[in-house]
Amino acid sequence: MKTKKNIWEGNFIYIIFSIIIGFLVGAILLVIAGVDPMATYSALLDGVFSDKKYITYDLVYAAPYILTGLSVAFAFKTGVFNIGAEGQFVVGSLAAVLVGLFLDLPPVIHGIVAILAAAIAGGIWGAIVGLLKVKRGINEVLSYIMFNWIAFYLSNFVVTKPGIKDDSVEATRMVKDSARILLPENLRIATRCSSANWGIVIAIVAALLLWFVISKTTMGYQFRAVGLSKTASEYGGISSSRVFLTSMALSGVLAGIGGSVLTLGINGRISQFAGQESFGFDGITVALIAGSNPIGCIFSGIFYGAMKYGGNKLTLVGAPKEVVNIIMGTIIFFIAIALLFKRLIKSAQEKKEAKKTVVVTEKED
Amino acid sequence: MRDTSNVDENTVTIQMKDIVKKFGNFVANDHINLTVHKGEVHAILGENGAGKSTLMNVLYGIYQPTSGSIAIDGKEVVINGPEQAIDLGIGMVHQHFMLIQPFTVTENIILGAEPRKGLVVDKESARKKIVELSDRYGLMVDPDAKIEDISVGMQQRVEILKVLYRGAKHLILDEPTSSLTPQEISELMQIIKNLTADGKSIILITHKLKEITECADYCTIIRQGKYIDTVKVDEVDENKLAAMMVGRNVQFKVEKKDNKPGKVVLDVKDLHAKDYRGVDILNGLNLQVREGEILGIAGVDGNGQSELVEILTGLMKAESGSITVDGNDIFNKTPREAMDAGVSCIPEDRQKHGLVMDFTVDENMILQNFARPEFSKHGILKKDSIHKFTSELIEKFDIRPRGCNNRLARQLSGGNQQKVIIAREVTNDKDLLIAMNPTRGLDVGAIEFVHKYLVEQRNKGRAVLLVSFELDEIMSLSDRINVIFEGQITGEVNGKDADEKELGYMMAGGKTDEN
Repeated sequence: MKTKKNIWEGNFIYIIFSIIIGFLVGAILLVIAGVDPMATYSALLDGVFSDKKYITYDLVYAAPYILTGLSVAFAFKTGVFNIGAEGQFVVGSLAAVLVGLFLDLPPVIHGIVAILAAAIAGGIWGAIVGLLKVKRGINEVLSYIMFNWIAFYLSNFVVTKPGIKDDSVEATRMVKDSARILLPENLRIATRCSSANWGIVIAIVAALLLWFVISKTTMGYQFRAVGLSKTASEYGGISSSRVFLTSMALSGVLAGIGGSVLTLGINGRISQFAGQESFGFDGITVALIAGSNPIGCIFSGIFYGAMKYGGNKLTLVGAPKEVVNIIMGTIIFFIAIALLFKRLIKSAQEKKEAKKTVVVTEKED
Repeated sequence: MRDTSNVDENTVTIQMKDIVKKFGNFVANDHINLTVHKGEVHAILGENGAGKSTLMNVLYGIYQPTSGSIAIDGKEVVINGPEQAIDLGIGMVHQHFMLIQPFTVTENIILGAEPRKGLVVDKESARKKIVELSDRYGLMVDPDAKIEDISVGMQQRVEILKVLYRGAKHLILDEPTSSLTPQEISELMQIIKNLTADGKSIILITHKLKEITECADYCTIIRQGKYIDTVKVDEVDENKLAAMMVGRNVQFKVEKKDNKPGKVVLDVKDLHAKDYRGVDILNGLNLQVREGEILGIAGVDGNGQSELVEILTGLMKAESGSITVDGNDIFNKTPREAMDAGVSCIPEDRQKHGLVMDFTVDENMILQNFARPEFSKHGILKKDSIHKFTSELIEKFDIRPRGCNNRLARQLSGGNQQKVIIAREVTNDKDLLIAMNPTRGLDVGAIEFVHKYLVEQRNKGRAVLLVSFELDEIMSLSDRINVIFEGQITGEVNGKDADEKELGYMMAGGKTDEN
């Protein structure tokens, strides 16, 4: 009895439920579109799990999502909705590419410097919005969205500059090999994944660090206090301005690192964007699935990365790869109303128990 | 004691029998009986969390009882929701008013029960009916005034009118006096008499014993969800009622030995401030609090008390003036700087300012002091010593349930939340303790506790600034009383020879002869 109750009180079960419902809704849509859902899902499953190459790719794709997910989750803890992870991600990528193109450093160090540059760029991007919020009282959601577009056009502007742009494609030149953060060649050959890189390790370390900061340190204590009650925190002498500024800068740092993982690890360059690439927005999804828990972000990021990677192969069975987006959207939708589920289940349990007690009292009478 | 009683002993209007309400394994109401006659004022007395509200929510149809029966006017009924309760003539006046500020009194009253003439709302006939009801019961409500322009007491009468307008014969008043001035309270008592004289029955939920002895005919006492007794109010006194409510004897009079005040701790000079709308709220306020004394600030809500406390604690900025604590300037400093200068505070709103409601008790205990070496080292929290520290305070301040270290503050009762704040602030060991409405919403047992600690702080030589809307509290605790009116201290009375009438007069802006 007791363990059963605990399950219903936590969030895990609702997330699993939402995921199952997401897949069911996806199946219905597939049937409507005239595609066999079983074939589609088995193709998806194959594409995700059936080969160590695929599994490696899942993890490679997961890394940037984990990092943007952490960025959003961390801001959530202080009560800030970081819809600007997208822009922070883009400026992070840009900074990493520029360092990768123009600095001459030995391998490893070059990569680290490029990642640091991305972290700083993302951090500054987040901190500016934080400053506007704290000093001028401007709602962060507005400035985040505007800064996403500023980052977007800044990136396109820089990418097409002579000396940066590649001669033959609408993208930058490839960064120097010394700046790449790929795994050693023999490992890449063994996994048959040419872009296997350190990104997943960076992401997991970041998640563990973040968990530690949030739950064990005085800094995390202040972040959580402000996130839960700004008024009581200020009363207790915690400066909410300082907390907002730090947390928004740090969450920018995480998204910025995410950008560098994509460029230094997977792509090696930045293409000219036709539209926002949405790694940052997808971070919101990842954070939501994880319930804003840093460790949870590791798993939800991997799930998301695998779905994105597996989704690319759906065209093979004639299913549109957008199915994956619909599934993810449905999952988020149901997680968002998970609270309602929770309440329904709780009240149902209450009724059941009330009935039981009535029976008991009647017997006693 | 009441002079006239309108009880008609032969007509039972509300009968609740053996009401049991369970939430999961928790029994909120355990076989409670309630019988109300026509024209009767029936008080329901109990500590916070005793189950009063649950019982009333069962009567009002918000909850279904797990077992038991309800009869209204002799007929057994099942009440499935508030609409049905209203149809049965039951009206509820909530503690927190549910009025739309920019609407007029009439618009608020007819909301949801608009009389129609064809397609349009027939405001004129509604207005007439409201005036008629208002006159009949002596409510003196202006039907065309906007809610935002009328006093709290008047707003409450609008709420009463609202239920009368819907044809209520049985009125439930939930803590009706919690935000009223003494004058408004006595006016409310008169209104209650007018209502019962007309045959209405009234259920009064309260934990103020004085009100019960003043205006109730019967009193039903509930303790920890259990029915204790129903007594005729004429036959008991306050001590007896309190003992039945708490389950032990309660000390009413605060034990206070004479104390010689020492040097000045808090010195406020010519303080001017505007409120958030930019309206002048403090207009040259002066006050001093010395070591070893309690200075009580008496006044009607809205005369600058909240702003004064927020400025003293650094939450709000003043326009001009000077504030010192132990000679240190804290004028327009941050909360942290005020704290470091020696200010501690039991805030007015414990849920908004006093506690992070979704933090555990452990986490709340270190809200100001997490950076102290006892609680953290190199920026890493020492969870074990925080836990140990909190456990000691839980023991010392009798915070219940025991071992609630890992419970969220939200899950504690109001009285225990207040104990957490007091434990924290008192242990902070500052020279000045500010307490704003420290017993609001608490039951007698908890009030006794809070008062004891305030006096103990004074006896230890600390300066205590007590701001309260409860005149009784001010009078029983203060060494000196300052009256605040329109942002100024308009009078000072010695705590020993304070007179309620005189203070009430001064609080309403009247000047005493000496002034």
